[in-house]
Amino acid sequence: MKKLNDFMVKTFCNAPCHIAKRDDIVWWKAWIIRIVSVLLALIVCGVITVALTKLNPIKMYITMFEGAVGTSRLVWNLFQNTAILLCISLAVTPAFKMRFWNIGAEGQVLIGGLATAACMIFLGGRLPNPVLIPIMLVVSIVAGSIWGLVPAYFKTKFNSNETLFTLMMNYIAIQIVAYFTLEWSVPKGSGTPRTLEFGQLPTLLDQKYLINILIVAVITIIMYIYLKYSKQGYEISVVGESEKTAKYVGINVKKVVLRTMAISGAICGIAGFLLVAGTDHSLKSDTAGGRGFTAIMVSWLAKFHPVFMIVTSLLIVFLEKGASKISEVYRLNSSFSDIITGIIIFFIIGSEFFINYKVKFNKKEKEAKV
Amino acid sequence: MKKLISLLTVAAMLIASVCMLSACGGEKTEGGEAPAANADFKIGFIYLHDENSTYDKNFLDAATEATEALGLKPEQVIFKTNIPEGNECYEAAADLVDQGCNVVFANSFGHEPYMLKAAKEFPEVQFCHATGTTAHTENLPNFHNAFASIYEGRYLAGIAAGMKLNEMIESGKITADQAKMGYVGAYTYAEVISGYTSFYLGAKSVCPSVTMEVQFTGSWYDEALEKEAATKLLSNKCVLISQHADSMGAPTACENAGVPNVSYNGSTQSACPNTFIVSSRIDWAPYFKYIIEAAQKGETIAVDWCEGFEAGSVKLTDVNEAVAAKGTKEAIEEAKAKLISGEIKVFDTTTFTVEGKALDSYKADVDTDADYEKDTEVIADGYFHESEYRSAPYFDLQIDGITLLNSMF
Repeated sequence: MKKLNDFMVKTFCNAPCHIAKRDDIVWWKAWIIRIVSVLLALIVCGVITVALTKLNPIKMYITMFEGAVGTSRLVWNLFQNTAILLCISLAVTPAFKMRFWNIGAEGQVLIGGLATAACMIFLGGRLPNPVLIPIMLVVSIVAGSIWGLVPAYFKTKFNSNETLFTLMMNYIAIQIVAYFTLEWSVPKGSGTPRTLEFGQLPTLLDQKYLINILIVAVITIIMYIYLKYSKQGYEISVVGESEKTAKYVGINVKKVVLRTMAISGAICGIAGFLLVAGTDHSLKSDTAGGRGFTAIMVSWLAKFHPVFMIVTSLLIVFLEKGASKISEVYRLNSSFSDIITGIIIFFIIGSEFFINYKVKFNKKEKEAKV
Repeated sequence: MKKLISLLTVAAMLIASVCMLSACGGEKTEGGEAPAANADFKIGFIYLHDENSTYDKNFLDAATEATEALGLKPEQVIFKTNIPEGNECYEAAADLVDQGCNVVFANSFGHEPYMLKAAKEFPEVQFCHATGTTAHTENLPNFHNAFASIYEGRYLAGIAAGMKLNEMIESGKITADQAKMGYVGAYTYAEVISGYTSFYLGAKSVCPSVTMEVQFTGSWYDEALEKEAATKLLSNKCVLISQHADSMGAPTACENAGVPNVSYNGSTQSACPNTFIVSSRIDWAPYFKYIIEAAQKGETIAVDWCEGFEAGSVKLTDVNEAVAAKGTKEAIEEAKAKLISGEIKVFDTTTFTVEGKALDSYKADVDTDADYEKDTEVIADGYFHESEYRSAPYFDLQIDGITLLNSMF
């Protein structure tokens, strides 16, 4: 025991530095840390690029920019992908603020998309688009929120584990969508989804994706106001901080959990609607493309703040588009661009550590005391 | 804190300058000048996956071979890999047009609607799509489908399988009744059905007692599922396995179990030296050369292009002598010559029955539509006319002797 004690003292007191929690940090200091971490990430990526591929890293970063914002088409594409990712991130946020770990966004998006596709197939051609599209929207909202309510119900009724529950619901949704993809595929049995001709979202000002972007912009504003200024938004924060406090002040926790998950699922449903009716015009089990999971990271990185989420989702999509351009131009396997994006994201997440904690260098006198 | 920041900044600047210095020396030099025709010609390729998939690797290799042979410089050829079958495909095609491509090619079946969308938007660019079915009904001057008569290649691969079965029967390892093959397929639709039926008929042409079981995976690329399907077929006492899916799942399962395998998309001999017999594959290089030359000369590209042995589109790998039965190579050569001369037909209606009856008439769903309407008579002159009315296969009959263990529509 004595030995262990000595060892601990030696290790921790003689260490050149130790870590302490920061109470408060001025905003500009936080941003300096963030910017430095991005610069460091770019340097590390540069070193790795030179070591592995002998490419000029500066040129590579220029390529990355070209891939993401090189032409007006790419810029629109960037915004449209950002909008979808942002929409799903906004959807998971209220649940996360409530400490309800909804990792079922992927499934909720797919079910919303499935509802949209079903309307497009069965009502398409029978109803004019101005009638059909609102129906599609409502049905996808209902479908998404039901998919979100199921785990919430079991959580409130039986206190089941929502993380596992929502995760499993993803697989169920993926299989259901895979089944209908095959069922509706053209040619028969090919597994290739049919193109949905009716109920496609209209083109505004000659821009295919403008309507998607506008819808998500509106959702962002509403979500910001909802979380920050509404009574329900406040209830979400209280439940998230402490369920007991919430009960004590007379908040009906079960009701808040159910309501919040219904909202979470509903917004995912809208994302599914936008994907199927707005961009893809078809439905497959990979229509959501893993965005349901990426959204978790976007939401966390922005600390559940809807406006910061615009920045974080833009960053993720930018890196993704830029990285695929790198593999296109240099004929590199996509794993390489994944490594680059991974490093950059790692540094950004790491910077949050240095914002929350500070590293103190131990002074020599301390050593003498021990 | 200030100390730390200044330290970090110094470190950053140091590393950055080192990077820049090393980068200056690292400039790549291009290879020798090739005789480039049409210096401003560009072609873009869209692939579903990358070289890790045997299916995409086959296209990637062919594109590299064809563009190098025609003297195109690297900057005239753009590859976009890992493009999903969704709106991303349309965006990729449009971006290739923005980059100045004269021809855009996509390799996956599900890319078709998005290629079609791009073709309608950019009439001055040629859009070529492999394995698709709608070019002949869309009537767009700049949208083209292509395939190869791979069913003939599979028929030859089937002969190799049948001869291996005969060898097993002769050596007393199995009885004639036990000559059962297994087949791992992706989806239960025409392209796969045409493939396994021609393989089976090839085997039957040399080993009349052969039967076959088919297990579908419902995915074009799922290593675990394909391995599982092959294992199931092996436990059903199949003595030889072939597959039409794109991973190494089935060949690996065969190698582990020591059961002979007839492969697809290319040789798997290096990974499976003790079980690989032969593999058929489509060589896309002839088609790529054809579309590039046609576009450069301003000639029209065929709406539906389908070639076979003579154009070099359908190929068989070298036979693995260590596993194959004696005389396999010669038998394949002989049958190949007969297929080319037209002496034998793969889907000769005298060689197979459906529900116990020989067919003299059958309507296939050649014109793709959402109601799967059977629209074209495809049996004439005693054989099923595969890939003649459109390049993509449409043989979707369930013939006797083949049992489907499941179906994946």
